[in-house]
Amino acid sequence: MLKQSSVVDVLLLLLAIAVLATPAFSDLVLSKVERRIDVTSQFARVTKTLKVVNSGSESVSEFTLTFPKFLGNNLAYLSVAHSEGKGKSKRPLVNLSVEAANPKGMPDSISFYTVALPKPLSKGETLTLEVVAAFTNVLQPFPEKISQGDVHLVMLQESAQYLSPYAVESQSLSIKLLPNARIESYTNLENTKLQGSEIKYGPYKNLPQYSYSPIVVHFESKAAFAVAEKLVREIEVSHWGNVQVTEHYNIVHRGAQLKGEFSRLEFQDRPNPRGASAFRHLLARLPPRAHSIYYRDDIGNISTSQMQSDSKKTELLIEPRFPLFGGWKTFFTIGYGLPLSDFLFASEGKRFLDISFGSPMLDLVTEHLIVQLRIDVDADEDEVVLPEGSKDISVITPFAVKQSQEIKYSHLDIAGRPVVVLEKNNVVPDHNQKIQVYYKFSNINLLSEPLMLISGFFVLFITCIIYTRADFSISKSSAAYLAKLQWDEVLATLQEVQSIIQKCLATHDKLEASLRDLSRTGDIQTCKAARKSYDSLLKDLSKELKPLLASLQSSPSASQISPKVEELVAKEKELQEKLMAKHTTVVEGYEKKSSGRDIENRIASQQQKIIALRQDVEDLLEFIDEI
Amino acid sequence: MGGKPEPGNVSSKSESMAAKKASPDLLNSLSFKSLKLKTKQQELLLRVSILGLVYVLAFIARLFSVLRYESMIHEFDPYFNYRTTLFLTEKGFYEFWNWFDSESWYPLGRIIGGTLYPGLMVTAALIYWTLRFLRFFVHIREVCVLTAPFFASNTTVVAYFFGKEIWDTGAGLVAAALIAICPGYISRSVAGSYDNEAVAIFALLLTFYLFVKAVNTGSLSWALGSAFGYFYMVSAWGGYVFIINLIPLYVLVLLITGRYSMRLYIAYNCMYILGMLLAMQIRFVGFQHVQSGEHMGAMGVFLLMQVFYFLDWVKYQLNDTKLFQTFLRITVTSAILVGGVALGVGTASGYISPWTGRFYSLLDPTYAKDHIPIIASVSEHQPTAWSSFMFDYHILLFLFPAGLYFCFKRLSDATIFIVMYGLTSLYFAGVMVRLILVATPAVCLISAIAVSATVKNLTSLLRTKQKAPQSGSTKGLGSSKASSKVLLDQSQPVQKNGAMALLLGVFYLLSRYAIHCTWVTSEAYSSPSIVLAARGAHGNRIIFDDYREAYYWLRQNTPTDAKVMSWWDYGYQITAMGNRTVIVDNNTWNNTHIATVGRAMSSYEDEAYDIMRSLDVNYVLVVFGGVTGYSSDDINKFLWMVRIGGGVFPVIKEPEYLVNGEFRVDKGASPKMLNCLMYKLCYYRFGELVTEYGKPSGYDRARGVEIGNKDIKLEHLEEAYTTSNWIVRIYRVKPPTNRL
Repeated sequence: MLKQSSVVDVLLLLLAIAVLATPAFSDLVLSKVERRIDVTSQFARVTKTLKVVNSGSESVSEFTLTFPKFLGNNLAYLSVAHSEGKGKSKRPLVNLSVEAANPKGMPDSISFYTVALPKPLSKGETLTLEVVAAFTNVLQPFPEKISQGDVHLVMLQESAQYLSPYAVESQSLSIKLLPNARIESYTNLENTKLQGSEIKYGPYKNLPQYSYSPIVVHFESKAAFAVAEKLVREIEVSHWGNVQVTEHYNIVHRGAQLKGEFSRLEFQDRPNPRGASAFRHLLARLPPRAHSIYYRDDIGNISTSQMQSDSKKTELLIEPRFPLFGGWKTFFTIGYGLPLSDFLFASEGKRFLDISFGSPMLDLVTEHLIVQLRIDVDADEDEVVLPEGSKDISVITPFAVKQSQEIKYSHLDIAGRPVVVLEKNNVVPDHNQKIQVYYKFSNINLLSEPLMLISGFFVLFITCIIYTRADFSISKSSAAYLAKLQWDEVLATLQEVQSIIQKCLATHDKLEASLRDLSRTGDIQTCKAARKSYDSLLKDLSKELKPLLASLQSSPSASQISPKVEELVAKEKELQEKLMAKHTTVVEGYEKKSSGRDIENRIASQQQKIIALRQDVEDLLEFIDEI
Repeated sequence: MGGKPEPGNVSSKSESMAAKKASPDLLNSLSFKSLKLKTKQQELLLRVSILGLVYVLAFIARLFSVLRYESMIHEFDPYFNYRTTLFLTEKGFYEFWNWFDSESWYPLGRIIGGTLYPGLMVTAALIYWTLRFLRFFVHIREVCVLTAPFFASNTTVVAYFFGKEIWDTGAGLVAAALIAICPGYISRSVAGSYDNEAVAIFALLLTFYLFVKAVNTGSLSWALGSAFGYFYMVSAWGGYVFIINLIPLYVLVLLITGRYSMRLYIAYNCMYILGMLLAMQIRFVGFQHVQSGEHMGAMGVFLLMQVFYFLDWVKYQLNDTKLFQTFLRITVTSAILVGGVALGVGTASGYISPWTGRFYSLLDPTYAKDHIPIIASVSEHQPTAWSSFMFDYHILLFLFPAGLYFCFKRLSDATIFIVMYGLTSLYFAGVMVRLILVATPAVCLISAIAVSATVKNLTSLLRTKQKAPQSGSTKGLGSSKASSKVLLDQSQPVQKNGAMALLLGVFYLLSRYAIHCTWVTSEAYSSPSIVLAARGAHGNRIIFDDYREAYYWLRQNTPTDAKVMSWWDYGYQITAMGNRTVIVDNNTWNNTHIATVGRAMSSYEDEAYDIMRSLDVNYVLVVFGGVTGYSSDDINKFLWMVRIGGGVFPVIKEPEYLVNGEFRVDKGASPKMLNCLMYKLCYYRFGELVTEYGKPSGYDRARGVEIGNKDIKLEHLEEAYTTSNWIVRIYRVKPPTNRL
């Protein structure tokens, strides 16, 4: 918006400059200044090449950068690098530290920044500085309100001459616009040229310090004026192999506001759609190997997004639910997982996470960025792992941010996790640099959560076991409870009876086997001995049976079953007798050396009965088993 | 586990004793003392694993909607439930209970705590809090989405125990399996269908099961359980009226058929008195149990029970049949007289409210159409078509009568109950589409009896034959069995083949049922109806997400205190997703207010403007399907708006919108129709749009006509937003122009 205040700002500035007759900061002279302003996106990116010469007698270790206040207030990013040498022999740029300064006696309408030079500049030496500055909110939409079909026009205020506390010998300025952009107007000074999509001012020679000549460029902008009013990036590190990034965007279109109707018909009109000032898409360039990407908002998944990925990058083209016109807002969340190995490294017994600070969206200005780094170290483990109590987590950022720590809870956390919160206002894509987080972590902690789950299930099962085994009856004397106890007893007795009968049957089988042995070997003595031992065994078993039977008969709740059991025992007894008789017969037969046929004839009837009895006993057993 | 034998039935039932008693617990059955499990343990293991599988199946079958779409809340009412649950979890129970919602029914507002059934929200919030306590930090939305499948799974377990109670374990298992995938139930319990019915069916079946159990055992504890089940049901759904009328009816039938017993007396009295007292704690229900005509039957039966008990006592004291007969006559007549007079006086004095319209419309399906258009306008309140019975029940429709036959063959207190439940609920299902849901458990249970009994008979036939060759010529256990075996011997091969064929047939039918259910679930019942999906020309899937687009636009780009006027269908969604104040919503408690909106929609623009000004309306939202061919839009609902509006404001006359009794939007439409607000808002600038190749501009694809008024000018409203497929159109109400 072209506010009244900004006009006042310029006036104030001019006044201040007129008043400024103060001596120069030092005897530095800028022998050459080249400024390039790129306004193809929604913010102004200024690149300056300054050639500094020390014309004084003392060596200088500081350099002062100035901006008009209305620009300085909107300064989002400033970096100063110096390069030595020329042409191809240029050494890599070294970033210099920059600090906002507030020198006394200087007017308020100018912002000062002090650059510490790498080494003091002694007399006659030259130094080349590369300054990159990004300003947000300096492209003011004008008019402030447009209707759907109108062209989006913005205005830039600058100075054709470089505002500097030092004298400038030669300088030039070029303003780069989008190709084919409509240029409504621009301030025409001497030496002003329009070349294609570039407006050039200068060169101007030998200007004194604090020279200033305001210019205004009014032109069409096709850039998306997407501003994230607030962006919260949650970066969660899991040592199981994943870095989960979740980003919550509050996006607003900061361009000229839409007035009047929004007509869908005109917006989707095929040959010439109207609504150029709106943007439909945002492009996010995610790190390669990003996976499990989602895009949603408060009310659910948004299905209009496309993803392309190759080995170098992953591009996510997201389309908000509706096109954003000037002044319209939206909120959404994107989330993705990144492989841990790409971002986590070890150094000197510590681990460090190397991850980018800003949002992956291209050309997005963020007014308030909050980065929450969450690492799955238990909060109280600071003390446990590091008894010295030293601060465990430290963050290194290439620029100043506000830091704080808090505790957050996630799945299966008991103590919570430490969260490092980094906050920064006015973030532009230039801030998208890597930050490093150093911390200590022992691998054993990885097992804590699985162990917790395991012990949870263990406790559950133990409780089940105790519940089914233990007696939770309230009244130990109620009829139902007693009946239940009795019934349990009956069941136990029944089981014993069953096992004894089973044993008896097994003994029967052995008897039969001894008979077969006899027919094979003819060894009568062994057979007799076997019979004797089995006989005594069977007698023992039947002795054991007696008390069980008695208890069954006495128990009232077994009244339904005891006849069956009795029948079973009786049948078994009968079977036993028959078998013994058969055994005796056979053995006798062998003793008498009667022929095999003879013996068979004799035992034939017994044999039939035995089979029948055996069948009955088995049937009865089955019946009891089913109770 | 079912390891605890039921007390008290040791001596009462000898036959079923064996089956009930010796169910050792699962852990016992798994002990590896001997690797070979006993038959009993094997059976238990099988039963538990089948039930476990059915439990899981019931859950995952309902996840189709999440797979096809996403984890989201469906349809209309669930959005309100979701919004209130969110409020409950954020603000706590007391705030929730005292919540006055100023975001709906502007300018009247709505007392939420006193006008809703809180059971569902409290259940979801409890699950949510439990999970958080266990350190699972899930989002409340996921809890809400999965509440319905979770409770459907629980319902299968209840169905198993119910089936076990009324028939045997086999029937219980079949019932659990049938109900797990029955489309009639799935339609209301897919993931995301976060509605009262989701938990109510569970509560309903639980109450019935516990009551039948109480009647069977005469145990106070089961009756108490049933009272609590009833309380849960009352807290969850208005359908509790069905319980409070069916149970007395059942008791009455038992009394008439001479099955009165002490067990019944204990079960009913405990359940009724405690259930009533508990139900009064729900603010929305309040004193209805003693004041409303719908609940009077239960009270009458309660008094009748006391008379019966008294008579029993007198009979015992008198010991004289003749004297007793006279006494009986006098007591019964006087009791009925006193009851009748009390009812009459209560009704006349207004203490007892008469039956509500909804109740009437159940007994007389045509009632709503003539008297309450707002009820009749809802599609799920329409009478049910045969096809939807077939669609929702499939083979159960044929198994149901067979099950009834088995029930009548083995009549007991429990089977009488299930027969009554089945028959009454089936009648209600015929009256109203959405009551198919209530009938589903009964239909499943009765069909399960048919399946289980048939399969059991057939397999036992097969079994005896397999055994026969083994046992050879030896005698069987009892002489009767042996003789039957001899008889069977003659017809063995024929019967065996027949049984095999029948068994195969049953399995074929059941597998067809399973296939049908899966297909119906995935195709018909898993759509959230917020997101619409269609097939493109190349078979690709096209998604219309216009509703959320519009609601989100409202949420982000309108002032936070903006009032949105729309037809009441979209009220809940606008407040939940758009977070804006609405004039009317799906809680249709104020007919006049809805009629005012209906009147505004059916008036000319300047008349409507006055109404909208008086209601402080800032935005008007209409749903329009003319571009996409989406047929349930506002133009197709428009006649209901006219009817409801006309019901209160006689200025609106339905015939003015019709031409020869026909509803048209093309050139032949009536002038009033062509210029009313709804028409203008739907078709604004639509006349310039070509929707279909080869058709003139302004061709309405939902109705297949070219619209009659292509040159629509709006005076007091302007288009604020239209979604990408034109399904939702939002207009801004302009402030009045300066008076000169």
